[in-house]
Amino acid sequence: MVPLSYYLYLTAILFAIGVFGVLIKRNAVIMIMCIELMLNAVNLAFVALSRYLNLMDGQIFVFFIMTVAAAEVAVGLAIVVALFRLKETEDVDEINLMKW
Amino acid sequence: MLDYIWLVLFFPLLGVVINGLFSKFLTKRFTDFISCGTIGISFLSSFLILYSLLQLSPEQRSFEKTLFPWIVSGDFKALVSFLIDPLSALMILVVSGVSFIIHIYSIGYMEGDKGYSRYFAYLNLFTFSMLLLVLSNNFLLMYIGWEAVGLCSYLLIGFWYERRSASDAGKKAFIVNRIGDFGFGLGIILIYVTFKDLNYTFVFHSAPEILPYGGVTITAITLLLFLGAIGKSAQIPLYVWLPDAMEGPTPVSALIHAATMVTAGVYMVARTSVLYLMAPVSMNAVMLIGVLTAIYAASIALAQNDIKRVLAYSTISQLGYMFLALGVGAFAAGIFHLMTHAFFKALLFLAAGSVIHRLGGEQDMKKMGGLKEYMPTTYWTFIVAALALAGIFPFAGFFSKDQILWEVFVKRGTLVCGIGIITAFLTSFYIFRLIFLTFYGESRIAKEKREHIHESPNVILYPLIILAVFSAIAGFVGIPLIKGANIIGEFLAPVFDLRVASIHIPETIYHSLGLEILFMIISLLIPIFGIFLAFKFYVKEPALPRRLAERYPALYQLLFNKYYIDEFYDFIIVNPLKNTALFFWKGFDVFIIDGLVNNIASFIKVQSETYKKFQTGYIRNYALYMVIGCIFIMAYYFFR
Repeated sequence: MVPLSYYLYLTAILFAIGVFGVLIKRNAVIMIMCIELMLNAVNLAFVALSRYLNLMDGQIFVFFIMTVAAAEVAVGLAIVVALFRLKETEDVDEINLMKW
Repeated sequence: MLDYIWLVLFFPLLGVVINGLFSKFLTKRFTDFISCGTIGISFLSSFLILYSLLQLSPEQRSFEKTLFPWIVSGDFKALVSFLIDPLSALMILVVSGVSFIIHIYSIGYMEGDKGYSRYFAYLNLFTFSMLLLVLSNNFLLMYIGWEAVGLCSYLLIGFWYERRSASDAGKKAFIVNRIGDFGFGLGIILIYVTFKDLNYTFVFHSAPEILPYGGVTITAITLLLFLGAIGKSAQIPLYVWLPDAMEGPTPVSALIHAATMVTAGVYMVARTSVLYLMAPVSMNAVMLIGVLTAIYAASIALAQNDIKRVLAYSTISQLGYMFLALGVGAFAAGIFHLMTHAFFKALLFLAAGSVIHRLGGEQDMKKMGGLKEYMPTTYWTFIVAALALAGIFPFAGFFSKDQILWEVFVKRGTLVCGIGIITAFLTSFYIFRLIFLTFYGESRIAKEKREHIHESPNVILYPLIILAVFSAIAGFVGIPLIKGANIIGEFLAPVFDLRVASIHIPETIYHSLGLEILFMIISLLIPIFGIFLAFKFYVKEPALPRRLAERYPALYQLLFNKYYIDEFYDFIIVNPLKNTALFFWKGFDVFIIDGLVNNIASFIKVQSETYKKFQTGYIRNYALYMVIGCIFIMAYYFFR
């Protein structure tokens, strides 16, 4: 039996990778993938803790997160595609119109 | 029939609703039918009510009818209920009758105006309000009518609101009336505080019991009520709105001056006669204001050249007579004069309107003259009205004016009565000056216009003729001297129960019949002298008035400019108020309040210049802020 702490370490590592990926990558698609990574890291933590505590709440939450994640990817990719058509780039640093 | 009193009010209101709301779908003739028909039914009902009232014995002639409770809150009760007694029955008859005639006249006069149905809706509302005022049996409902009358006067004076002067005149009427209404409202509140009730019957019965004769409370109540009457009935010092009120269509002037509005004050004082009789100070105030207004307004009328303006000052002067009568305790005489005045003043205005209408809106008498041949019917009806106003036997004005002057003479002696007689002289002079300038002499109308002048259509002439008949004969209901012939005085007697204060009225000097007849002859000769003088001035020697004006330029200018009262009010009231308002607008509102708000806003704007730099537009920067924020939150929980 794998102890809970292992799962949590893995979760933390995955989440950190996701955070740093969002922060340092410029490609919009990769940023979305990193966000997914963060979400799934959280999912993993939920499932692990749900097993550990013998509570179903965590697993139910995971379903919600997956649904939201799917919707988010759909919207996010649609925006990226639309932006690409407009500006011919996926570099988020080029897309900085929304400022003062 | 007395139970159906609501009919009198319901039909004019129905006319307002139909003409006011559905004007788009109505043809002109249908509008005529509705507006005149409703007032006609109202008049008919008033007539039947008077008839059924006469069937009762004089002591029983007071009937109250409650329609429905309006406000009931704790002890306070306001009912929509009506009082029918000789006074209100007579008033509704005069109001609805004269209104009806003016409505018919308006069909001819307003033909082709684009606000046709709006005009008739207002006119119906005006009549309704006045009837409500007259019929109510408590002060609160009267106040509703009182205010509604003021509103209608505003709407109708400013009827041609595209014209600056008309809308200004409407506002002036409304604002000046507000001053009086404020006093009236305070008076009603004081009545409620004192009596805990607003019903006439209750108040009038308990007043002699709970308040001392001539006490402070009763004097305050009556003076406050009289302030309302001063505003509504255009007495000194609040008369200034009435001469400007002629900016409205002429039938409206007739309605305001004759049947509705200005008579409200006279009616109210007569209605509350019991209270006034208990307050000798207020009675003196009423008399003083009345007599001063009478002579003052008559003197202004001498030098005016605008045909309607002369009539307007004449109304103010005649209202002064009515208050003079009320002030000496001759209530029946005052109401009698109100009635006869309603007929001949309506006729004067309508006839003047007929002249103005035919001359294409010309009101300056300097540009009239010689109209006798062109408009014979208008001329003859005008003559009848003028004779009635001047008080020539046997026209209506003679009886009522003579009665007032005689009562004043008996009760107050020669001085006040003398002023009244001088006023009578001035009255006959100015009204015949008007006639001679308008209908006699060389025509001063432009040649090309002169050919188009002809008599007005029948719809205008018939009302004139009807009113002329009444102006001629209405006086015979109040013949003095002969016992039992003073019908109107005996009819009204139960309302003005003089017993309340009779113990306090000084014993009147017994007078012989011969003295009264002599007095009558004097009061007849003096107006005739006025007419003769006017004839000499304006027909025989037309150069004389100018020579006189040049001889006494100061006096002439003073009269011509109406004693500079408007300028005086502008100087001491209107301009200071304007300047204060300007100060509060420019100084307080714009500088302090707006300044405060704007400065706070601009301070924040300046500050935000610094912080807006955070909003770079780079998504990764935002993500970094979020991460830093999350780290801070976690750190807070971690190290707490």
